[in-house]
Amino acid sequence: MAIKDWIRERFFPHIWCPGCGHGMVLNALLHTFESLGISKNEIVMVSGIGCSSRISGYVDVHTLHTIHGRALAFATGVKMSRPDLNVIVPMGDGDALAIGGNHFIHSARRNININAIVMNNRVYGMTGGQYSPLSGYGTLATTAPFINIDHAFDISRLSMAAGATFVARTTTYHTKQMSELFKEAILHEGFSVVEVLTQCPTYFGRKNKAGNAVEMIKSFKNNTTQIGSKAKEQNPDLIERGIFLQKDLPEYSREYDKVIERAKTKKR
Amino acid sequence: MTGTLKFVQGNEACVEGALYAGLQFFAGYPITPSTEIAETLASKLPQIGGKFIQMEDEIASMCAIIGASLTGSKSMTATSGPGFSLMQEALGYAIMAEIPCVIANVQRGGPSTGLPTKVAQGDVMQARWGTHGDHAIVVLTASNNQDVFNITIEAFNVAETYRTPVILLFDEVVAHMRERLTVPEKNEIPLVERLQTSVKEGVDYHPYLPREDGRLPMSDFGGVHRYNVTGLYHDMWGFPTATPAIVDGLIHHLTDKIRNNVHVITKFKEYYLEDSSTVLISYGSAARSALHHVLNRRKRGENIGLIELQTLWPFHGELIREKCKNARLIVVVEMNLGQLYRQVKMAVDRPERVFLANRVDGVFITPTDIKNMLRLIQGRGV
Amino acid sequence: MERCRLVFSGSGGQGVITAAIILAESAVIYEGLVAVQSQSYGPEARGGATRSDIIISESEIFFPKVTQPNVLVCLTQEAYNKFYTIPRPGGILITDSHYVETWKKVDSRQIELPLYQSVIKEIGKPIVLNIAMLGAVIKITHLVKPESIMKTLETRINPEFLSMNQTALELGMNLAEDYAMEWIGGH
Repeated sequence: MAIKDWIRERFFPHIWCPGCGHGMVLNALLHTFESLGISKNEIVMVSGIGCSSRISGYVDVHTLHTIHGRALAFATGVKMSRPDLNVIVPMGDGDALAIGGNHFIHSARRNININAIVMNNRVYGMTGGQYSPLSGYGTLATTAPFINIDHAFDISRLSMAAGATFVARTTTYHTKQMSELFKEAILHEGFSVVEVLTQCPTYFGRKNKAGNAVEMIKSFKNNTTQIGSKAKEQNPDLIERGIFLQKDLPEYSREYDKVIERAKTKKR
Repeated sequence: MTGTLKFVQGNEACVEGALYAGLQFFAGYPITPSTEIAETLASKLPQIGGKFIQMEDEIASMCAIIGASLTGSKSMTATSGPGFSLMQEALGYAIMAEIPCVIANVQRGGPSTGLPTKVAQGDVMQARWGTHGDHAIVVLTASNNQDVFNITIEAFNVAETYRTPVILLFDEVVAHMRERLTVPEKNEIPLVERLQTSVKEGVDYHPYLPREDGRLPMSDFGGVHRYNVTGLYHDMWGFPTATPAIVDGLIHHLTDKIRNNVHVITKFKEYYLEDSSTVLISYGSAARSALHHVLNRRKRGENIGLIELQTLWPFHGELIREKCKNARLIVVVEMNLGQLYRQVKMAVDRPERVFLANRVDGVFITPTDIKNMLRLIQGRGV
Repeated sequence: MERCRLVFSGSGGQGVITAAIILAESAVIYEGLVAVQSQSYGPEARGGATRSDIIISESEIFFPKVTQPNVLVCLTQEAYNKFYTIPRPGGILITDSHYVETWKKVDSRQIELPLYQSVIKEIGKPIVLNIAMLGAVIKITHLVKPESIMKTLETRINPEFLSMNQTALELGMNLAEDYAMEWIGGH
């Protein structure tokens, strides 16, 4: 199948701004699907609200575009009802970790086989540039016109602490790695989180003088390093990329089969 | 009626009805006085291969049942006032995306935490207008176990027929009281199964193109048709649009499919209306006290009757007007400050003849309460 | 009996609610009668005076609560103090003589039974006090047959405890032997 067979051409052009990183995530995801060789009918993409959440509509799989922050809760219903389906949940940083923070940690805690992709551009883009829980201290936003005094989450550490069994990070500069991580995440049996640092030149970039899209992407190259690299020892400020955690633990929707089995034999 | 005789709580009667209707998925969060529904299903659903999940809150519960329903599972949740408030946004999503599901709200005293263990009927208007924007909704209720069982089945049937969320508005008294329930043999009560599309694989399927009768054949997620589902206004493909003509068409489709069928959806019971100069209108547990009073007064020769509504929304104003046209007094008996009373006032020819007999202190309204209020209304003193 | 309204009261842990459910369920499932059982819920229902209402009837029951019982059972002093005024005129008030000291100025017909003492003496397990109480109630009122109570118990409890419960039920019935009524209830 060609890459373009995975998209719904009818619904293009997409809504994203020139230079936005979300299209690069879409591209990597399509390559992942292509390389996995799974049927379109076996994939469900569930998303919430925000620029990033529109990604699902463009892909020719079963797509459920829901309400703000709750995509993982909808996805839990899908997965529990049809454990055989691959459920992928692309979210923005605000969607996943502000309004959806509770569903995020509880989905991780259950270790339900859902692939969460957090497209972290550190800003609310769709509503026009307000600070998110990932903007970080000292940034500027329309709702932090003087300085942002909110500290940012560390998505990887949060995910690991909450119980996710696959946790990784990459950036829109590292598209090949992105596609590989998506693939590993989808193949993983359990709750997986892939954080993708992505650029919003329109709002975060302009407000914080981070440059245009190209400059922002370059900064992902210059300010990140592979997990465990020498560079990190020399420059602790570098953000690590790669797989932080990958472990096998019982998966929730399969565990429920045990509940059914016990219920049918009336064991308690 | 043949079947299995049981002695159960109203909440368990609701569970029995849901299972009879083919419930396969339940997601919920504990809240008094609805918790027995979750507890009973946690035990019964896995025994038949169904799924139960306790979510992190009521928002997640409502979302999860929508997700499960999309894959073809008959789904429900159960809650009470505070949790019902949390479900409102996702409830609107189910209306917009036309996803069948059932929400039981076992009412308790409100607002806020209110009276968690005491009876009230204060969510009649929240059930109608709790989610934002213009919309239609189906809200059903019942006053005894057999009716709770039947109306729960009806809720699933209506949800599947019209592809809409349906709310079961019970209350603490009916939910916690134990009485007999006969669960009929299989197939004795007709069930509505999801209307599946006949469009073959590889042929364009328009998930949001209603048939001429307004019904929308569905293709389950995971099936051969891949499409988009969204809470945004959408075209026949399910893709977001703001085209005024399409938006206008969709909002009218969503409201008309319920409103135009009000006569089909409406369920009610009537007692002694033929010669009644006083007509009581009640629903839920309050209707038990109202009927008790009516039977007492009938023995004494009073021309009094009762309409027990089982469908609160859509409100069948025409029916109320017709049934009350000869009444000199119309008294709405409910445990709130007049939520259905106002609706009745708007429906009848002579609104000045409509009165409210109520109680809002957490105590179940008694036949004596009703008698005393009626005597005042009738000008006979207490 | 056209219709009999009962209130069982005591303290949490004495099993008065369980006894109420068993009585009502026996009436419905094994005697073809109509019955409704309800109880107060919430934190205030734990500790303090627990109460459960039962109506058993030959015809449909609409209003499900009991305001004036034909039969009131009080298994603690606190329950007695709280509820002794509620029976309807001519009603019966059954108390346990170990737990409750009765007043003489009470309109109901008071029946004091040494349920607790007998259960301790004959069985040694206070947990079946509620079943002994139930034995007394059915002996006095003839609302349901003891076999119906036993059939209900069979569906609810571990088989190894059945004979102990049967003993308790019979014990209660024997204690109430002299108080069996001709007619209980009203219309």
